[in-house]
Amino acid sequence: MVDLEIWIALLLGLMTLSAAILVLLVKNHIAAVAAASVVSLGLALLFVLMRAPDVAMTEAAVGAGLSSLILALAVKRLGLWRIDGKTTRSSLLVTNTRREKDA
Amino acid sequence: MIPGFTLELILYSTALGLVSIGLAGLVLSHHLFRIVLALVIAEAGANLMLVLAGYRWDAVAPILTTLGEQPQMVDPVPQAMVLTAIVIGVGIQALAVSILIRIRQRYHTLDRNEVAELMDAEIAATAGTARDVSQEAPLGERPIPPITDDAVQVRGGRS
Repeated sequence: MVDLEIWIALLLGLMTLSAAILVLLVKNHIAAVAAASVVSLGLALLFVLMRAPDVAMTEAAVGAGLSSLILALAVKRLGLWRIDGKTTRSSLLVTNTRREKDA
Repeated sequence: MIPGFTLELILYSTALGLVSIGLAGLVLSHHLFRIVLALVIAEAGANLMLVLAGYRWDAVAPILTTLGEQPQMVDPVPQAMVLTAIVIGVGIQALAVSILIRIRQRYHTLDRNEVAELMDAEIAATAGTARDVSQEAPLGERPIPPITDDAVQVRGGRS
């Protein structure tokens, strides 16, 4: 039982951490918002594992639902809503100083 | 199972990883919207750390099912605080997004350095002064204090 919980926690932790890295590295802003939502969902499942079901409910409803809604509407309002993307990496990894304007 | 490889270890490393990834994004990102996303991640890691403070591996969820003798429960106080922190975090996000919308309306860019430049120029124009272009040699004639006689004595006379 405890062994199973450890493996589930390992899986969820790796998923959460990789989604968090993806938020910073992916170029498309919609994908970044989706990755932030994945971070919130993984966190909610981890809360269930930690015997905090009320926090898990709130995190899933508010953190993954309402927050991604706000961020997606912000992407739309800020004019960053672009589906196509030729490059998938963000400017965090680009070393030249003359960046293309993304807004 | 490897000894020492416990659930707490995994959860603590996840929480610390989330906080450090969020802080790294906060410092390294060029785009203001991504800075807001990094703030969201750092806040999620802080919430996980707070719930982890009350966690015991041999306890049950803090829900009263029977009267009388209760089994060992996890600490419900950090959970209640985290419940509040999640909602406050969404409020902070909404505030940050509204500030971003205002910035975009005014400066038509969301790059951190460009917004800082434009803000500097606007502040200087409003104050009616020239822009401070260099940190080493600030603009404006700053009065240099005259050297007193005892300071001259200490330095070994005028040259």
